Amino acid sequence: MRQKIGFFSFTCCEGCTIMFLEVLNTKYFEYMKKMKIENFRAIKSDKGIKELDIAFVEGAISTESEIRKLKEIRKKTKKLVALGSGAINGYPSNQRNKFDTSKKKEIQPLIKKLHQIREILSINEFVKGDDEIPGCPVDKNLLIKKIESYLK
Amino acid sequence: MHSNSFDLNIKNISKIEGHTHLDVKVKNGKVTECKLKISENKRFFTQAITGLNYNLVPTTMSRICGTCSSAHTLCSIEAIEKAFGLNVSEQTLMLRNLLINAGHLRDHAMHLYFFCLPDLFNKDSVLDFSEKGIEHELVHDGLDIKESGNFLSTVVGGRAVHPPNALIGGFTKFPGKNEIQEAIKKLENNREKIIRLIDIFSNQKESFKRKTNYVSIVNSDYNYLKGMIKTAYGTVIPEESYGEHLQRVVLPYSTATAFTWESKEYMVGALARMNLNKESLNKNTIKETGKYLKIFPSDCVFDNNLAQAIEMLHEVDNSIDILEKLNIEIKNEKPIAPKIKSGIGIGVIEAPRGTLYYKLELDNKGIIKSADLCIPTQQNIIHLEKDIAGYIESMLKENKNKKQISFEAEKMIRAYDPCMSCATHFLKINWI
Repeated sequence: MRQKIGFFSFTCCEGCTIMFLEVLNTKYFEYMKKMKIENFRAIKSDKGIKELDIAFVEGAISTESEIRKLKEIRKKTKKLVALGSGAINGYPSNQRNKFDTSKKKEIQPLIKKLHQIREILSINEFVKGDDEIPGCPVDKNLLIKKIESYLK
Repeated sequence: MHSNSFDLNIKNISKIEGHTHLDVKVKNGKVTECKLKISENKRFFTQAITGLNYNLVPTTMSRICGTCSSAHTLCSIEAIEKAFGLNVSEQTLMLRNLLINAGHLRDHAMHLYFFCLPDLFNKDSVLDFSEKGIEHELVHDGLDIKESGNFLSTVVGGRAVHPPNALIGGFTKFPGKNEIQEAIKKLENNREKIIRLIDIFSNQKESFKRKTNYVSIVNSDYNYLKGMIKTAYGTVIPEESYGEHLQRVVLPYSTATAFTWESKEYMVGALARMNLNKESLNKNTIKETGKYLKIFPSDCVFDNNLAQAIEMLHEVDNSIDILEKLNIEIKNEKPIAPKIKSGIGIGVIEAPRGTLYYKLELDNKGIIKSADLCIPTQQNIIHLEKDIAGYIESMLKENKNKKQISFEAEKMIRAYDPCMSCATHFLKINWI
């Protein structure tokens, strides 16, 4: 049975999923025998979050709707893996948390207008993850090692 | 007979970079509203770099977008070097050209093979492509081409995403001769594959033509880093004067702002570059693609895909030329240390999706006082909305149904190759 996989991007540069796509340059045909990609908006239509074996999540959390989506992913996946520094510790999307008072005042109308939450946070603040793969972007060799251990 | 008045809402458009929705209102066969609602979450980068030391800027701005990270790195470097009056070595320029070529090559390959090709084969995704025959071969081609770009980015920049080796004043590491020769071999192996792709996109059936303005950097060797800014209406200006021609436009329904050129919509990207500068392509590329080049200048937005495919061959041929020169001699040059002074620096380059502008103001300690960016996708938004409106009206006249119209509108958005991560970096804006 192929494992059902999803990739999800929150507030970030999407560099970690690009690293995964770079890994696929040489691993595509091998991995596709072992995984079935169910959710990955960059390469297939979005038809809602599916029941998954592994969900890879990149990016930090900046809105209520992202919190809801993250919790839904958590409910529907057996394993949740945080990809890269955005998901793991919020950086660099969370730069605004440490802005001085004048910068904070300047961006406040936008925060309100865009319905962003008070501080941009890592996914761990909202759900319990099962594994983390660090880096900005995620380290390619470590990513390969982890994926291959999950697919065993 | 279907209704001539309806709303069309496409949520979470797939196979593009980032998050966006499209909302269209049609009344009696006319499009009364067409809004590309970019919903990518803002991360306040221009704000984050004010107060930052100049040498932290390239690695910070790279994080605006994983896809376009080399472009943001190199454009911010150029702005800072201009502010300091720093001129880099010939070898540094060659390595920077390789890095930007590699970025374009990976990015165009991702867009054409993985975002656009499924539309041509009536499939949702390359994941659904057959495991035999032409579909299988094309997936293979796309992966191989991406891998050659990835390899070139890695040996020059240190990594394909957020390249750590490229700094103000030069590079910290250099490819060895073995790596140079391997890169040449990988690139050469891809020429035939790219030519096959060019032929496929030259036969694309979709068409929507509109006389309009195009803007890009032009120069004598189709490089992406230096030149004059030219428009299809014949204006040619130096990079530093861009501010006199560009105007920021607020879109209250989007997390991105847009731009106009002399108060009118315009288009940037591969189609603009091909329309304005095709004579300067690499001579080997011209030799191979003569019959396809005749299509340009083109007023059809779908030819942006063909232009990208031809550019891929140019990126391969141009990179091989540079690598062959470096193969004769490559030196371990130390990055040139800048003489820090206050000033304003303007960086202008051709990112994969079009002209990217950075204006950075520094104080006499090398601290960023202000930052102003203009991103390719922001420049294309108004043009894209008008094209979609026009395209939908033409399809209504052909009695196409809502499902067909929706599918075609998505294809048009994909042809523009928008990047939403990039489009929402900014802050300076007055909400109405």
